[in-house]
Amino acid sequence: MKKDIRIKKFYEKTVETWFLLCAIIAILFLGIISIYLFLEGTPAIFKIGLKEFILGSKWMTSAEIFGIFPMIIASIYGTLGAIVLGVPIGIFTAIFMAEIAPEPIVKIVRPAIELLAGIPSVIYGFFGLIVIVPIIDNIFGNGGNSLLAAIIILGIMILPTIVNISESAIREVPKSYKEGSLALGASQIQTIFRVILPAARSGILAGVVLGIGRAIGETMAVILVAGNTPLLPESITDRVRTMTSNIALEMSYAFGLHQEALFATGVILFIFIILINVALHLLVFRSEK
Amino acid sequence: MNTRLLIDNTIKILIWTSALITVGVLVWILLYILVNGMGELSWNFLTTIPRGEDGGIFPMIISTLYMIFLTVVISTPIGVSAAIYLVEYAKPGKIVKLIRFATECLAGIPSIIYGLFGMIFFVTVLELSFSILAGALTLSIMVLPTIIRTTEEALKAVPFSYREASLGLGASKLRTIVKIVLPTSISGILTAVILSIGRIVGETAAVYLTAGMVPRIPTSFMSSGRTLSVHLYILAKEGISLPKAYSTATILIIIVFLINITANKLGNTLKKHKKA
Repeated sequence: MKKDIRIKKFYEKTVETWFLLCAIIAILFLGIISIYLFLEGTPAIFKIGLKEFILGSKWMTSAEIFGIFPMIIASIYGTLGAIVLGVPIGIFTAIFMAEIAPEPIVKIVRPAIELLAGIPSVIYGFFGLIVIVPIIDNIFGNGGNSLLAAIIILGIMILPTIVNISESAIREVPKSYKEGSLALGASQIQTIFRVILPAARSGILAGVVLGIGRAIGETMAVILVAGNTPLLPESITDRVRTMTSNIALEMSYAFGLHQEALFATGVILFIFIILINVALHLLVFRSEK
Repeated sequence: MNTRLLIDNTIKILIWTSALITVGVLVWILLYILVNGMGELSWNFLTTIPRGEDGGIFPMIISTLYMIFLTVVISTPIGVSAAIYLVEYAKPGKIVKLIRFATECLAGIPSIIYGLFGMIFFVTVLELSFSILAGALTLSIMVLPTIIRTTEEALKAVPFSYREASLGLGASKLRTIVKIVLPTSISGILTAVILSIGRIVGETAAVYLTAGMVPRIPTSFMSSGRTLSVHLYILAKEGISLPKAYSTATILIIIVFLINITANKLGNTLKKHKKA
């Protein structure tokens, strides 16, 4: 009988350890991913020279000149543009969902936003290629593939993230805030913009930061619409290549220093992502306080 | 007072317009692709192999199914176990914080980075070559945060009285989890699986760098395979055939549609449970 209990206890303990190990796998893989990426990528940065790599404005693989400055700039411009386009529309849609829309309309719009979030990025890219690119070409006569096309597609792609997170932030504002403001004679719109939005600020910011992460990391959709020329863009209608596109476009045939330089591009991208995550963590932490 | 009203109304119009844009863009994308893609759809398209501009997408469907199956089989047990640990066993502290942080970070890493990692680690270091297995292992890490988080929510929704009753009757903790907590939260766990299937089907960058893009019917998990999303990417990028690209996109949209409906249905059952 005693032995039986001991076996049972051992069994329970083993399973608990298994659960713990599974939970630790997330930490383990975050570690392995970081280590392997840096191991593969940093040697190239030293071989090429940190300054030449990050600030070099020429990417010529046949001459072994690897400068990713134009791609860093393209990634930043693309992301900023997407934010300028997507954030106002996203936050206004979130206000609509949480405060303005009658319940039946919310019931129609919510699945639409869920669907928008579920559409694969390659479909956004395909849509951009066959619809947005020709429209831009008609207006500017530049062939259509451009930074502008990337901005429009990324702006659409970050909408669901911003709407969902902003909406839950707005809904979490205590009802008493709203009631107090309305009772003091403020209009509905005044209440939303002077009371509710400031109270939901850090949640909304978290949504924006997540949107930034999605925009800067997007690859396939951008490749299909941005034109992929590794030159510094002079205007919004120029063809650009982002860091992510650079990796995906050339990885399949690269070898030697060229391949290492692509991993190094990944390292720089990864550093951007880490910074974004730290910002997000600080925001969430502050709002929990 | 009148200017106030004017400002209020202008802003209201802006808000309605924004919501209209959000929904409008979705309708535009869906209609454009479905209208152009539906015509080409046929049984033949689904069941034949591609020949240049002709043929269908049979190998891609098979590769996608292999990829879904293998990824779900690998990631679900790990993700669900991790969630069980976090909800049922873990005491608040450093380890839990670290696990949460790591899960968040994994969710924030772009798929192209997963692709790069999968290419060095699974394809090269573990010598799996470009294969469905290498792709599925990479995707398993990618969907892990989704599975952990969704399952956690489902486990938390199980009322405490259920656990107390079971423990009170003398059942062990493990028995309570297996016989009471998991069955009650099954629809939430299924939602987690469905959501990850959505990500697996839609993923391109990570798959393209790990599973390759050979448009043949895979014979085993070790063969290279081209999933539907990768196929659409190649059709669009190389400009091989616009009609085929439209119909492949249509198939993808139909799949995403079904996934969303199923996830919603399951979510509703979960809500009913919560109330009960």
